[in-house]
Amino acid sequence: MPLGDSAFIIQVGDSISEENHSNVMGLKRMIEASGQRGIIEVVPAYCDLVVHYDPSVIQYVELLQLLKSCEAGMEFNHQPDGEIVEIPVRYGGEMAMDLEELAIEKGMSPQEICEIHSGQQYRVYMIGFMPGFAYLGGLDQRLHAERLKTPRIRIPAGSVGIAGSQTGIYPLDSPGGWRIIGRTPVRLFDPVFGEPFLLKAGDIIKFRAISGAEFTEIQRAGDE
Amino acid sequence: MSRIQVQKPGIFTTIQDVGRPNYQRFGMPVGGAMDWHAAALANHRVGNVASAACLEFTYTGPTLFFENEVSFAITGADMHPVLNGEPIERNRACQVRKGDVLGFGRLIEGCRGYLAFAGGIQVPNVLGSKSTYLSAKLGGLEGRRLKAGDILSIGSSDHKLIQFTEPEPYVYQRQEIRVMAGPEASAFKTHALSHFLNTAYKILPESDRMAYRLSGETLELKRAQSMISSGTSLGTIQVPADGQPIVLMADRQTTGGYPRIANVIAADIPLLAQKKAGDLIHFREVRLAEAQELLNELKRGLHDLSE
Repeated sequence: MPLGDSAFIIQVGDSISEENHSNVMGLKRMIEASGQRGIIEVVPAYCDLVVHYDPSVIQYVELLQLLKSCEAGMEFNHQPDGEIVEIPVRYGGEMAMDLEELAIEKGMSPQEICEIHSGQQYRVYMIGFMPGFAYLGGLDQRLHAERLKTPRIRIPAGSVGIAGSQTGIYPLDSPGGWRIIGRTPVRLFDPVFGEPFLLKAGDIIKFRAISGAEFTEIQRAGDE
Repeated sequence: MSRIQVQKPGIFTTIQDVGRPNYQRFGMPVGGAMDWHAAALANHRVGNVASAACLEFTYTGPTLFFENEVSFAITGADMHPVLNGEPIERNRACQVRKGDVLGFGRLIEGCRGYLAFAGGIQVPNVLGSKSTYLSAKLGGLEGRRLKAGDILSIGSSDHKLIQFTEPEPYVYQRQEIRVMAGPEASAFKTHALSHFLNTAYKILPESDRMAYRLSGETLELKRAQSMISSGTSLGTIQVPADGQPIVLMADRQTTGGYPRIANVIAADIPLLAQKKAGDLIHFREVRLAEAQELLNELKRGLHDLSE
């Protein structure tokens, strides 16, 4: 389905699921592996992907042909090939603006919330909204929480938050309404030095609880 | 290498090139010149490659002091450019000497001007582009808009200037913006689609490089639905719950969660980029083949100039 004259969408499913994600990523790989000239970039989302192309180099009908052969050659439900990325998080303290309140709301201790949050693995389904912002799947139902009624003007980069059934990390200072339960000293987006983007779609995130001292140590190492 | 001093920056002046098209999967906006056609034309006039970095200035132009000889070309919006107080023509190369001062007057037509210098503006590449992206404070000059006292470094160029007898006319008055149906077009009520294509929409002051916010007849869905976030492209028209359309422009987010009623065709992005708050636009639907032909024609026009 065209998305303007220089992009089109391929719908793989209509819900957020591990299976749709795996098929999106499988198709993305096939299209990329074709090495077709004129394809600028393949951008995966939860259950579809957008192919950006240059119509002065390749025709839409040719792309549809290519797509058909990619779909035919694709193994569905194959093992996704993301990497496991460990992200240290300082839960609690002044960086976790909403942890206490959330604990009260949920009838749990802050400690329990960190344990549930860091006791799970999360798949990066897609990246969007801002550079390096990962949409993660797999938040424990017990931690689902409404967004703030009034969003904050500035949430510092690295803040780990919850919004509805989602959890995520702010890669940049930004306004936002997510409930903040901790912060990571690791940079998710560093365009000038090192790897610009820590995460990509398909990766698996494991959060590891760290102390305030460890936070400072990792942050200092990152600055050097 | 020549140097240019920024005496006055203008309201909103940034360094832009063709942007960063290869990092959308990481959530990085493409960015780049809003009126890509005017930027390419300015570069062409001074013998640069189309992707060289130039200045994009909105509503008012900068005042620049030239410390060395250099040639430049102004394209896009007409803001009455003057060199040492004398009016000069747009859309053609102009050679300046040490001590010359370029300024601009009142906005006459369009809203975004482009200024390319032979050799291109030299700033570091960030993710393969010199474009300024303000939200992440990256690219361009320290990731920000220009301010008084800034120095622009211009690369060297041995290219002969190309003199033109007839500047490219680009009509900014046209109100018609051509669109293609979007992926969720059929989720809108029939009368919403009819309003969308048959009534005028006004550009709101909240519009910026990321998106144009429009005001007009409310566009209702057949039934309320919550959409799963999906990709966007340049010119995607989203309709949030209030029913007022938003057109995604150069600094657009790479994904979005609102129904996409239509998509402005790439060939009309330059025209839309020259519209300002308060301007009225009308949408007209075209098919894919026509949209691509219009785009290729526009690109061929630039290409033919180079021969």
